[in-house]
Amino acid sequence: MVDFGGWELPQQYTSIRDEHFAVRKVAGLFDISHMGRLWVEGAGAEAYLQSLLTNDISAIAPGHAIYSLMCQEDGGAIDDLVVYREAPTRFLVVVNAGNREKDTAWMREHIPAGVSMTDHTDDTSLIAFQGPLAHALLPKGSSPTDDIPYFGFRAGKVAGVSALISRTGYTGEDGFELFIESARVGEVWDAILAEGKAEGVLPAGLGARDATRLEAALRLYGNDMDETVNPYEAGLGWTVKLGKGDFVGRDALAKVKETGPRRSLIGLETAPGDIPRHGAAVTHAGRRAGAVTSGTHSFFLGHPIALALLEGPSLRVGEKVTVEVRGREAEASVVKLPFYRGSARSAVAPAKS
Amino acid sequence: MAERRYTKTHEWVTVDGKTVTVGITDFAQSQLGDVVFLELPSPGRKLALRESFGVVESVKAASDLYSPVAGRVTAVNEKLSAKPELINSDPYGDGWIMKVELAGDLPSDLMDEADYKKAAGAGAQ
Repeated sequence: MVDFGGWELPQQYTSIRDEHFAVRKVAGLFDISHMGRLWVEGAGAEAYLQSLLTNDISAIAPGHAIYSLMCQEDGGAIDDLVVYREAPTRFLVVVNAGNREKDTAWMREHIPAGVSMTDHTDDTSLIAFQGPLAHALLPKGSSPTDDIPYFGFRAGKVAGVSALISRTGYTGEDGFELFIESARVGEVWDAILAEGKAEGVLPAGLGARDATRLEAALRLYGNDMDETVNPYEAGLGWTVKLGKGDFVGRDALAKVKETGPRRSLIGLETAPGDIPRHGAAVTHAGRRAGAVTSGTHSFFLGHPIALALLEGPSLRVGEKVTVEVRGREAEASVVKLPFYRGSARSAVAPAKS
Repeated sequence: MAERRYTKTHEWVTVDGKTVTVGITDFAQSQLGDVVFLELPSPGRKLALRESFGVVESVKAASDLYSPVAGRVTAVNEKLSAKPELINSDPYGDGWIMKVELAGDLPSDLMDEADYKKAAGAGAQ
């Protein structure tokens, strides 16, 4: 078990390698109940979220979700999150566990009269069933999901239990995030594992979650970005809709867009054994260029992969840099992102502008 | 099979005459998680007691390996370069790491299994 934003999470249930392959080939089941779940409601709810978030919340109809950043006045990222529109005036906002208190404080500071925000993280649970076969391996007593588009969701049943079924995830694979009343989530968890066991479904821990999200080049707040990094630097400029009207950070972000970001998040790969770790120095053309933000050994690709935040415009694919690995310089190549494109239905732009 | 003895830094040894086989313990592999790479010494290298002789890279972190004895490396487990996961699946068998020709006596602070379990258990709290 490891401590993750105050939650005890298993690094692995059996083996990170086996769990990682299960997610890529069949499906894996993650407990992601640590993610913060906030409901925002009221006549002014859409305008309120529009004023705090970079993406255009007015673009989503009820039953659809959108990925966005929430930024400071200076454009630095407070958090990345997903907004689900349940009804014209009711939204569910899912935030990172480690940022929940910071986010709710910031959101309360800006909340207008007539909009309410309630935190239901503790009385609901969230599990993610992810993999190319997840749609076919939902247990008996589950609602059909064929007509739920990528980043769409609806109320239904899973294993006979009421759930909000969302076609979203953090692995690059097709699959679902399931919001379920905490009292009954255990039944659903057990049913998915029992019925999927023969097909190779495994419970998957934080290790497999980090490896799959990194292969898909999905950013991890706290590693790949924080308050000192703006969306353009993080390669998430596609989430910033400068034309939608005013929002916190808009002026600063418009300037970044005009002049070009000072830094760029890039993808690197290295030889087997040279695992770039978070914080490792990256050198380009003999000069310190930045640092690794996330790195791991990809069992699926067979070599280490990393994201790094480097000074200047993005390097070209194929360019060589060096990364500090165990106190020495290891060669790394710049590669295209994502490192691996899974079965997720790409209704939204990939994780790069 | 000779009796296994253990270090505080989670290596194990078995002794056969002057030849000492070295690996890491089941507790160590379980804490490291999936091992993906090992950096090992070349045969012939002389090691001082508790000298760092290599690195084990798991998904989580890189950890140094410390020699439980003083001596000269006579062999390393070549299978580990292609199958580092042997460290996880069979830490006391096919996951052995190296053989060392002992120089002098065994250090006196090697622990038996009961004492190691106590020490590892205390460290894990």
